[in-house]
Amino acid sequence: MKDTIAAIASGMTASGIGIIRISGPEAFHVLGRIFRFAKSEKRIEDQKANTIHYGHIFRENETIDEVLVMLMKAPHTYTAEDTVEIDCHGGPFVMQKILQTVVENGARLAEPGEFTRRAFMNGRIDLSEAEAVMDVISAGSEDALKSSLKQLGGSVRREIADLRDKIITETAFIEAAIDDPEHYDLDGYGPTLLENLGKVRRRIDKLLATFEEGRIIRNGIRTVILGKPNAGKSSLLNYLLGEERAIVTDIAGTTRDSLEEHIRIGGLELVLTDTAGIRETGDIIERMGVDRALNLAAEADLILVVLDSSRAFDEDDEKIFDFIREKKAVILLNKSDLVPVISSSDIRERTAAPCVIISAKEETGGEELGGLLRSLFLSGRIGMNEETMITNVRHKEALTEAKRSLDLACGSIEAGMPEDFISIDLMDAYAMLGKITGEEVEDDLADTIFSKFCMGK
Amino acid sequence: MPTIEENYDVVVVGAGHAGCEAALACARLGFETIIFTVSVDSIALMPCNPNIGGSSKGHLVREIDALGGEMGKNIDRTFIQSKMLNKSKGPAVHSLRAQADKADYSRTMRQVLERQTGLTIRQQEVAEIVTEGDPARIAGVRTVSGAFYHAKAVILCTGVYLKARCIYGNVSQYTGPNGLMAANHLSASLMDHGIRLVRFKTGTPARIDRKSIDFSKMAIQLGDEKVVPFSFSTDPASVQIDQVPCYLTYTNEETHRVIRENIDRSPLYGGIIHATGPRYCPSIEDKVMKFPDKDRHQVFIEPEGRYTDEMYIDGMSSSMPEDVQFAMYRSVPGLENARIVRNAYAIEYDCLAPGQLKNTLEFKSIQGLFSGGQCNGSSGYEEAAAQGLMAGINAVRYMRGEKGLVLLRSEAYIGVLIDDLVTKENLEPYRMMTSRAEYRLLLRQDNADLRLRRYGYDVGLISREQMEALEEKRKAIRDEIERVRHVGVSPSGQVNEILASQGSTPIDNGSSLIELIRRPEMNYDLLAAADPERPDLPEAVREQVNIEIKYEGYISRQKKQVEQFAKNENRLIPEDIDYDLVPSLRLEARQKLKTFRPASIGQAGRLSGVTPADVSVLLVYIKSRR
Repeated sequence: MKDTIAAIASGMTASGIGIIRISGPEAFHVLGRIFRFAKSEKRIEDQKANTIHYGHIFRENETIDEVLVMLMKAPHTYTAEDTVEIDCHGGPFVMQKILQTVVENGARLAEPGEFTRRAFMNGRIDLSEAEAVMDVISAGSEDALKSSLKQLGGSVRREIADLRDKIITETAFIEAAIDDPEHYDLDGYGPTLLENLGKVRRRIDKLLATFEEGRIIRNGIRTVILGKPNAGKSSLLNYLLGEERAIVTDIAGTTRDSLEEHIRIGGLELVLTDTAGIRETGDIIERMGVDRALNLAAEADLILVVLDSSRAFDEDDEKIFDFIREKKAVILLNKSDLVPVISSSDIRERTAAPCVIISAKEETGGEELGGLLRSLFLSGRIGMNEETMITNVRHKEALTEAKRSLDLACGSIEAGMPEDFISIDLMDAYAMLGKITGEEVEDDLADTIFSKFCMGK
Repeated sequence: MPTIEENYDVVVVGAGHAGCEAALACARLGFETIIFTVSVDSIALMPCNPNIGGSSKGHLVREIDALGGEMGKNIDRTFIQSKMLNKSKGPAVHSLRAQADKADYSRTMRQVLERQTGLTIRQQEVAEIVTEGDPARIAGVRTVSGAFYHAKAVILCTGVYLKARCIYGNVSQYTGPNGLMAANHLSASLMDHGIRLVRFKTGTPARIDRKSIDFSKMAIQLGDEKVVPFSFSTDPASVQIDQVPCYLTYTNEETHRVIRENIDRSPLYGGIIHATGPRYCPSIEDKVMKFPDKDRHQVFIEPEGRYTDEMYIDGMSSSMPEDVQFAMYRSVPGLENARIVRNAYAIEYDCLAPGQLKNTLEFKSIQGLFSGGQCNGSSGYEEAAAQGLMAGINAVRYMRGEKGLVLLRSEAYIGVLIDDLVTKENLEPYRMMTSRAEYRLLLRQDNADLRLRRYGYDVGLISREQMEALEEKRKAIRDEIERVRHVGVSPSGQVNEILASQGSTPIDNGSSLIELIRRPEMNYDLLAAADPERPDLPEAVREQVNIEIKYEGYISRQKKQVEQFAKNENRLIPEDIDYDLVPSLRLEARQKLKTFRPASIGQAGRLSGVTPADVSVLLVYIKSRR
């Protein structure tokens, strides 16, 4: 029997309607677990095929969205399987959250092109179109890989690589001891292993928390202000802070040298970090400040670049434009009292990032900035964009699976199971984490055994 | 010029562990078979270590036995020490390892061959393979003397003999192991037929005269008190023999210093040897150079047999010059006055480049030509024997016009071994390891008969009586598991006494027997007294009942995974598929698929460089062509 798959079927722009499609034998049951009619106790599974219903999607007891659902019975559907389409409000958050709920309730995420493949394999697509089907599958997977890797921040990638390394080292030790028992001894290894795996588990929890879909709403958008020295960053910060002074909170007791403030603008909460000015410098201390600024910016959800309109572009500006090329940034063209020498069209020539003209002194432009940020956020272009939404759920799924395998491994250790049972779960966790970074397992275990342990008589 | 010309069904080239199994299988199944060896005295020779079995290799021997091969029976007749490894770990990784009396092992196997009807033994070097037709089909072989042997099937089991070269220091001799003649002609003939060869390397330690060893400085290593036989048909009582001890000692800083100071004289590090050696069985110079932090390495001193004083120095294989060998061995406690009988050496040889064999071990390019053993890029006696047996079985099925026998990765270590050999680009001799088997909880050495005997029976190597006995065992296991499921245990003094004796928590309320068996410190046998209705069952049945109950959760999890896995294994790819006509495959995938020509969708997915999307594309293409 085939399993049931789900994916976001509409493009994930901030259009009015988003569609989540579920296909497979369990499709109606999956929906039954998460859908409630608005005003009646009817069960959605009992409804006739090819009907549309109005109601709400729930995750545990929380309402996620009001939706229309369409029930389509096999074989008269695109995939020739039972199919459900959930039409929801098109925001990326909502779509991702519904998809995740669907996955938690018995479907799995569809592989790229999988609906089309199923349609073809089930005879719904003409043989003459096979070539087009193969193109869809192939292109879909390239895109998915690209967006999946793009989504992965450098630090997350490093963290996952390190976790994988930890896991495979433990596994390799166990396997070395199984392979060469007269050489490597597992006596008393259980408690050590449990402790080490506990650390790995906690780090996965941390990662999972950062992937939580509500992170941005709950914790704010991590925002970094970049700009050359004296571009007006500090005055701008003060202006933005002043606008909503009531909810500004200093984060006390942090060890950071950069100043971190929470502000609310355009209905969004920004966690704002002011940084050292960016310029070429020989001064070691300033150099460290600049490096730090760039590191912070690399991990931020949003970068606000402050430009002084009275100064012509120079190398340092070019460096900043270069740096933000692949990132989510907004240019703030700060008007000083002096005669402007750059305009917003000069900026458009250099970067695709949107630009807002702002004046810290005259306290204008704040509202425009708020509006821009809100529209960027609602369209998913801050924090998460169209492609990264799906991969986000994928990453989260893979992390959750990895954690589940580690839980099983830890459970086995506690139950006193022999180590060879444990290493099987460890390798599952390893493979799962590899899915996030796009790495396969191949001969990694054997390679690690041989490189870390001196094997063989 | 008049030459000999004879007709056989099967020609087997080489009489090592692969050749013996291949030839016996063919002859036993009624096909006239001739086996060629460079020396009749080297039939089933153990030129390196004196062990049969070991972690995962013991599994292979059990599987060979379940299918009707000879290795398990032969080691049961000729072992001098035996141990079940990993007894403290899970049953899936328990593995038998025996020390063989090497000469006895070889002589006994030779006798089995000699007594086999339909099997001819011939000491002669095969120089050429001969094919006919297009596509090419095997026609026979020609020996160096010009004699021609017609055959319907030819099985290459050339081991390490193709263009073999033995090396230590700057001494390099063009011989096989132990100074045996190398096979210097066949490589060229294979290449003429478009077969690609690569050069691999392995090595062996010195043999030292027992009389020159001070065993008082070493730790004695004894065999198990109760020996378990390899073969399912060996009477366990017959293997409870007097065993000989082995000894354990260690290298030290002095050994390592000798090696480091002379490392530039090592042919490996000095550039004389270019071939790729195995990482799992490194020479002592490799160990010292690659693991500089280890201040000592284990050295096992193992007898080569009951009637020789030669001792095998396990753990110190080497290709250092003779004088360095003396210095390094003599630095080891107990070996201070060691007299070397045979030098350690490295050996280089031709073997098949990957991608040329089907999973039946038949060449993709030449019908009826099969290959088994170390020449396929593996290492180890057991790996060789397993392939030899499968090559023999599949040669027979080929001659009968039947579909080949392919064991899945989910069915046997042999399946894992052959699948890896035909789908991977191995850069070194391939050794079996339990971690290579994804479904190892199911592929235990204790259930090899339950897994594989039916295949041996279907082929014809297992008799009806053997098969019936097995089915009886299977039924007894099933019945008993079913019975145990319904047994409850009340908290009597007797039960709690049993529990207490194993350090297990006593029970206050009634419990199920299953629950108690599943406690880590308990097992089925220990709870016999708590289960008065229990029938009297043979040990082999009780063992299965215990394992199946105790690890049921894990076992059923793996069984579910196997169902998923088997789906793709059973989706076959048409043999004549032209990958250039499949649109949308990525370049790398297309190249890999063209090189390896996998038999199934599952196998395609295991090729490195073939992504799930490529597999999907392939599925669609295959369907669209139908």
